[in-house]
Amino acid sequence: MNSDISQQLQQQIQQAFEQQKALSIVGGNSKAFYGRVDERIGSAEKLDVSAHRGVLSYEPTELVITARAGTRLAEIEKLLHDNGQMLPFEPPSYADSATIGGTIACNLSGPRRAYAGAARDLLLGCKIINGKGEMMSFGGEVMKNVAGYDVSRLMAGALGTLGVLLEVSLKVLPKAEKEVTQMLEYSPSEALDKIHTWSQTPLPISASSYHDSILRVRFSGATKAVNAAIETVGGETVGSDAMHEDQHYWQSLKEQQLDFFTGDDASTRPLWRISMASDIESLELPAGYANDDCLYEWGGALRWLKSDAPAEVMQSAASAVDGHASLFRHQHGSIFQPLTPGLLRIHKNLKQAFDPQNILNPGKLYPEL
Amino acid sequence: MYTHDKAESTISSNALIDALRQIVADDALLHEKEDLKPYECDGLSAYRAIPLVVVLPETIEQVQHILTLCHQHQVPVVARGAGTGLSGGALPHEQGVLLSLAKFSNIIDIDPKRRLARVQPGVRNLAISQEADQYGLYYAPDPSSQIACTIGGNVAENSGGVHCLKYGLTVHNIQQLKIITIEGELLSIGGSGLDSAGYDLLALMTGSEGMLGVIVEVTVKLLPKPERAQVLLAAFDDVVKAGEAVGNIIAAGIIPAGLEMMDRLAIKAAEDFVHAGYPLEAEAILLCELDGTNEEVSEHVFKVREVLNDSGSIEVRTARDEAERQVFWQGRKSAFPAVGRISPDYYCMDGTIPRKQLPQVLKAMADLSAEYKLPVANVFHAGDGNLHPLILYDANIPGALERTEEFGGKILELCVEVGGTITGEHGVGMEKIDQMCVQFNSLELQQFHAVKAAFDPQGLLNPGKAVPTLHRCAEFGAMHVHKGELPFPELERF
Repeated sequence: MNSDISQQLQQQIQQAFEQQKALSIVGGNSKAFYGRVDERIGSAEKLDVSAHRGVLSYEPTELVITARAGTRLAEIEKLLHDNGQMLPFEPPSYADSATIGGTIACNLSGPRRAYAGAARDLLLGCKIINGKGEMMSFGGEVMKNVAGYDVSRLMAGALGTLGVLLEVSLKVLPKAEKEVTQMLEYSPSEALDKIHTWSQTPLPISASSYHDSILRVRFSGATKAVNAAIETVGGETVGSDAMHEDQHYWQSLKEQQLDFFTGDDASTRPLWRISMASDIESLELPAGYANDDCLYEWGGALRWLKSDAPAEVMQSAASAVDGHASLFRHQHGSIFQPLTPGLLRIHKNLKQAFDPQNILNPGKLYPEL
Repeated sequence: MYTHDKAESTISSNALIDALRQIVADDALLHEKEDLKPYECDGLSAYRAIPLVVVLPETIEQVQHILTLCHQHQVPVVARGAGTGLSGGALPHEQGVLLSLAKFSNIIDIDPKRRLARVQPGVRNLAISQEADQYGLYYAPDPSSQIACTIGGNVAENSGGVHCLKYGLTVHNIQQLKIITIEGELLSIGGSGLDSAGYDLLALMTGSEGMLGVIVEVTVKLLPKPERAQVLLAAFDDVVKAGEAVGNIIAAGIIPAGLEMMDRLAIKAAEDFVHAGYPLEAEAILLCELDGTNEEVSEHVFKVREVLNDSGSIEVRTARDEAERQVFWQGRKSAFPAVGRISPDYYCMDGTIPRKQLPQVLKAMADLSAEYKLPVANVFHAGDGNLHPLILYDANIPGALERTEEFGGKILELCVEVGGTITGEHGVGMEKIDQMCVQFNSLELQQFHAVKAAFDPQGLLNPGKAVPTLHRCAEFGAMHVHKGELPFPELERF
């Protein structure tokens, strides 16, 4: 599948700019649940990027892939897999229709993130259309590039509010020769202690999670190195020699298909995503709010917490430890951690710099943007 | 001597100095000509300017007051760390304040459990790793100036080093920043987790060359020191073969910790200088460093040897011990001073290209070298395509610097032409400002200016650097007409 609809997209944005009409940017619709619900988007005209598809360049030895934003994530992952490579940030897709543009716009990363970087870390460059309908390129297809401000990375996680992604260039890496997951039983504090101790040594850790008394640690690398790591940490190997069972776990974790995410209460209880210091056992929530139904990832730096605590309570607890909490599923109230007045002012100025008529996904990230 | 556009300050120099005296102690304020002289340039000494005043605050509050004062009176401010930058980013403004962060030199805290170091901006890059060493940790980005350069400057320039391919640039290795805006407001960017809410201002600040805010605190990520590092040296009778070998190593699924290439002239200069035992008959050598656990390194050394042999190297050596590993590196790390011994002056360029374009770029550079009658030694971060051609010249010959700069500019334009960039790690600063007009069109440059205005609408922070005005590009374009087309056709010509 290969088609270039950048001209149509540009025309639609130019028209919306002239008429000051909001646009709701849509790719594969796989992450439509993510972001603020805002009536300005609800009533907005759709800007459908999903037909802007195709891998534009990929040379395995250059470790770079460039694709149009509407290219399916699955298509890219298959192409890389066929060449023994991968997207190091292990992005979740949440649906087969997920696109690479949406993946970057949301800056969501999977289990390998704490060890190989986030979507934004692997982003080398992009082509965008800003809110005035101007088509521009920033960054490029090389690993090192410090010419001009890092506008590409600014796009990662901006949820389309600064520009519509047309093309992205990403750094890719070879797949490891061997990957094994070890399982160990620990209390939460023991588990955090262990993962921190191991992380201070050069073990080839590539993923970690803790839930329901089970710490899982994945090792990736040269066969001898992985075998040595297993010796060091002990525990039980997941699925022993059958690689698939181990892959299945991390796949289900990143796609939120584990029981933790799909169980009976999943359809009703809000799911929080909390990014915070890795060694703090839990957030301090006022009495009466559940704080223990938690799945840890990224060596403790990411927590998935099911809690009925109101947004203000959760976000002030996160901010007390210099972290941030976003309401990931079952959204109500303030979805993303409120910004300090100073940062909000800079955010508004940047929004103005890219989208002066406020037509691109207005209110998707913050009501003021 | 470089002359800036006139600033529109609303305060006399004497009144400004008096006002600064209310903020910092007398010995933290320099305004006598002889005291200002050491600040006239950074690592790019071709550009010089004497600032109105140098101020060396030591607290965040003082920086806030200085910036508030400058903002109030429209006085330009240039922030400076150790002054080791190679693109003139810290070149002072003649009518402005040079804000030295040298006194912010404390490591505030090292947290081995979280693997973070919270440091002041004036802390030297290497000092962080030295302090973290007791916990078996280190800070990965290692620009060649790491013994002297400071972390604040590293953030401002998004510095790299020889280990970038595997461990990333500064932007990948920092977690939190405290900055002060031109209005004097203290902002905290990033957080205690791996990501933060809202736009990625951490990335935007990194590499912004002092144009958006003044960095007053940096939290960097620390990594566990690899159990072992091993280096291989391979010699080739052809630069193209060496380039192909780099691709073959990566195709074998190995990401080396460092992968460096030197050409014949660089090899000879380095060998004469440090006697690293480099093979003088080689057209190119590759240094390939592998690190990780013991087992991993053993396995990879074996594989890489095979790949290098299969790629047609005429000789492959593996360092027998740590001492020999240091010797292998010594030659590469001394390449710049070594070239400095064989030529009165040299000019270091910093383009990045897609690696596959190497043969074409080297050929074109050799042609330019012949045309300008200026020799070029090539030192190359081969893994990530970052070229450092060193142009040899003699500044005492009238017009030589100008010809060298023109030659350098052409090399950078060549990098852009093959899909690369004008700067991989040194920054644009003053040096490459004209080449920005080649890499970016007027819409993109205007977008950069809009980003700048979001932080500093009056353009007081480091004015005239990093992003050229469209007029400047129009003037530059008039001299450089490509394929008969005038760039920036929407602008009038001067």
